[in-house]
Amino acid sequence: MATMAGVAADPHAYLRAQTSWRPIEIVFWLATLVPFFLFPSYLALASQIAITALFALSLDLILGYAGIVSLGHAAFFGLGAYTAGIITKPALVSLALPAFKILSFEFPGLEIVSFEFPGWSDPFVGLAAAMAVAGVFGYASSFVIARFKHLALIMVTLGLGLLLHEAANRASWLTGGSDGLQGIRIGPLLGRFPFDLYGYTGYTYSLIVLFVVFLLVRRLVNSPFGLSLRGIRENPVRMPAIGAPSPAHIRKVYTIAGVIAGMAGAMLTQTTGTASLGVLEFQRSADVLVILILGGSGRLYGGLVGAIIFMIARDQFSGINPQLWYFWIGVLLVTVVMFLPNGVLGGLSRLLQSWRARTS
Amino acid sequence: MLPPVFGVLFDGIAYGVLLFLLSVGLSVTLGLMNFVNLAHCAFAMLGGYVTVTLMNTFNWPFLATLPAAFVAAAAASVVLERIFYRRLYRASDLDQVLLTIGIAFISVAAAAYTFETQQQSIQTPSYLRGSIDFFGLGLARYRLFLIGVALIITLLLVVGLEYTRFGAKVRASVDNQRMARGLGIDVDRTFASTFALGSGLAGLGGALAIELIGLDPNFAFTYLVYVLIIVSVGGLGSIVGSFAAACLIGISDIAGKYYVPELGAFLIYLVMLLVLMWRPAGLFGRR
Repeated sequence: MATMAGVAADPHAYLRAQTSWRPIEIVFWLATLVPFFLFPSYLALASQIAITALFALSLDLILGYAGIVSLGHAAFFGLGAYTAGIITKPALVSLALPAFKILSFEFPGLEIVSFEFPGWSDPFVGLAAAMAVAGVFGYASSFVIARFKHLALIMVTLGLGLLLHEAANRASWLTGGSDGLQGIRIGPLLGRFPFDLYGYTGYTYSLIVLFVVFLLVRRLVNSPFGLSLRGIRENPVRMPAIGAPSPAHIRKVYTIAGVIAGMAGAMLTQTTGTASLGVLEFQRSADVLVILILGGSGRLYGGLVGAIIFMIARDQFSGINPQLWYFWIGVLLVTVVMFLPNGVLGGLSRLLQSWRARTS
Repeated sequence: MLPPVFGVLFDGIAYGVLLFLLSVGLSVTLGLMNFVNLAHCAFAMLGGYVTVTLMNTFNWPFLATLPAAFVAAAAASVVLERIFYRRLYRASDLDQVLLTIGIAFISVAAAAYTFETQQQSIQTPSYLRGSIDFFGLGLARYRLFLIGVALIITLLLVVGLEYTRFGAKVRASVDNQRMARGLGIDVDRTFASTFALGSGLAGLGGALAIELIGLDPNFAFTYLVYVLIIVSVGGLGSIVGSFAAACLIGISDIAGKYYVPELGAFLIYLVMLLVLMWRPAGLFGRR
């Protein structure tokens, strides 16, 4: 617990030490470029991994750092995915008040606004729109989230996710319902690089977005704000007592996580050109939880490593019966909870520590 | 002649009491140990498959399979409790959620492997088929039977918890676990028996559910949502609360499907969120 003593002595020095780049991190990010040279036929999968990693990273912010257990995180992912798709479609928007009658007095119909929406196919516009929509939903729901804990919190997140899934299923005029969204047109990136079948553009795009967001998140969790989040996770009663208001912090981080999850959803729509109800399903919320737990929560790289393992395994075993796949996911969850409480990364770091202790 | 709204009400209550049987065990164990058991409906599913197997393969009469479903689910829950659950009583919500989701996944896969993925069906005895005419309203006999069973069980539970020594121990442990331990109550053993009882009731509910809502390997997740909604709306550890919440959810679901089919399941999620916003601890919750 030497590092914790350092916190008490000089928090700034502790934070600065945390933000310095370790060699293994640089190696990790250089390794993300390897698929371009060694596995060019797997670039489409690589971009899926990067998107899933971004999604897991957003869950890590609220689960790993603020300790909010969410079973409905796919809500943001789905909002982002649908927004990025819908905004590319041309549509006739007309907002009108229909004619109505009160006591034999007839009011005429009133057209408030009506225009031809051309559809914006630029990927960055779609990304920004997805961030905005997911952010607004995240901010609105964060007021609810901050009020709950334990079972009620799990139920509220689950309920919001189910509610949104059902809403998208029923609002087929907007989302296409169970047939999925039709007629998405994704324009070329920066007006120059179209999204190709091999995934060159897709992987470049998702990797850059992932890296930029990762930098921001890394900065965020190693800031005083990040420290107070960890404080809330460890003891939500004590934090307000020492002057850090928990609900306000939870609202902020929940909104930020929502925005990031929305970006991940938008990138899925843009790189695959499709959006279907699957983006909002409970299964997706459960999967991302599994991914984060597998990698190790509360350690930034946990979601990334988990996404790599999970997605590659699913790709390799895609031939097998999906029931069997979930059997092994179940076994994995039980094993991780029983034997590997901090995920793969936690297990590795414990091995490393015991190895160091033995050699020194 | 009674208007059709009574028919909707009757169906809603029959559906509600079924949901009550499925969820009451979870409500009590959650209130007792604060253990978030997302595998609860896996025990219900087990009960359902026990009934299906006994009836279709071994030709047992329907009523005789119901106690078997209860016992099988209770026994399975005791085994899992001894091996896994007891180690996590003091662990975080997250660990409990992960473990029990894992067990639910395994149970779904095992059920799909053993019984294939199709809907199971059973042949209910002739005296439970058809309906009784009640002032022009056709009341299905099976639903009447279901309501009767649920009322008897509720009565037994309430009497058992209010007037027996075991019930007093359970109530004491729910109210104040540390104090109960201090008074020499073996809270762990009390919990284990309550857990077995609750899972057994879920198994019974699963067996009774086949005729009304069907049974397939996804049962463990499909009805988990309903059960969790009922538990959180009714309030933890409250039998009356679970009963009221189950009837509320059952009636709003059936009424919603009948009058506003375009909303689908949207309505009950909305009911749950509104109730939770209004009273985060549930309708009958104390904390």
